[in-house]
Amino acid sequence: MSALSFDYVVPGDDFTQAGAASSDVKRKLKKIGYDADVIRRVAIAMYEGEINMVIHAGGGTAHVEIDSDKIYVILEDHGPGIKDLSKAMQEGWSTAPDNVRSLGFGAGMGLPNIKKYSDILDIDTKVGEGTTLYMTVFTDRNRAGGD
Amino acid sequence: MTVEELRDQLGLQVLVGGDLTREVTGGYTGDLLSWVMARLPADAAWFTVMGNVNAIAVASLADAACIVLTDRASLDEEARNKAEQQDILVLCSEQNSYELGARLAELLKG
Repeated sequence: MSALSFDYVVPGDDFTQAGAASSDVKRKLKKIGYDADVIRRVAIAMYEGEINMVIHAGGGTAHVEIDSDKIYVILEDHGPGIKDLSKAMQEGWSTAPDNVRSLGFGAGMGLPNIKKYSDILDIDTKVGEGTTLYMTVFTDRNRAGGD
Repeated sequence: MTVEELRDQLGLQVLVGGDLTREVTGGYTGDLLSWVMARLPADAAWFTVMGNVNAIAVASLADAACIVLTDRASLDEEARNKAEQQDILVLCSEQNSYELGARLAELLKG
């Protein structure tokens, strides 16, 4: 199968729309017939990325490539960037404001969850310029780290 | 156990219905969405007080069997619409998450 690719705009400051892109990707993967665990991992990692863009960056874009052996997702925003990436990767560390916490977010699990559910995660961030996440989920998890 | 059996055994009320024959193989309680997302097993009944649109997204993406709103927590209108669109089963109870989770654990053991 040759790669299928899709692009989405993630609107900023709109929690009701957050998850629209990941839900659509989930539907597509289900339709193609990917394993439920692969679908779940892609959906969760991508949703966390979308939420981060809504909370911190005023939205952004998502580019998704679906291939027979992997799903590759690029999430790009032009928000404030991440000042301390090593802290942001720790569970429980969050800079989310109180109004976001009242919605049930801001547990400091966003990036840790993305890392947990992706097989490969690369983060390119620059303060004042924005953040780009490159996530790969292999359809066969045994391949992760094997290449 | 199916969601229908869960409803009957725990005395739950269905707020958003659909295919109640869906299997429930476990349970989880929690209200912090990202925390729940990382841990909620697929096909679990999720006991929570979060009845907003984002909770529906979490249940859908994590592939929960159903949401059970506990402690009389309400489901807002936007969330109800989203649940209907995405075929997410939502039930509710006056009991708290601990009581319902403990009861489900017993039922699944038996």
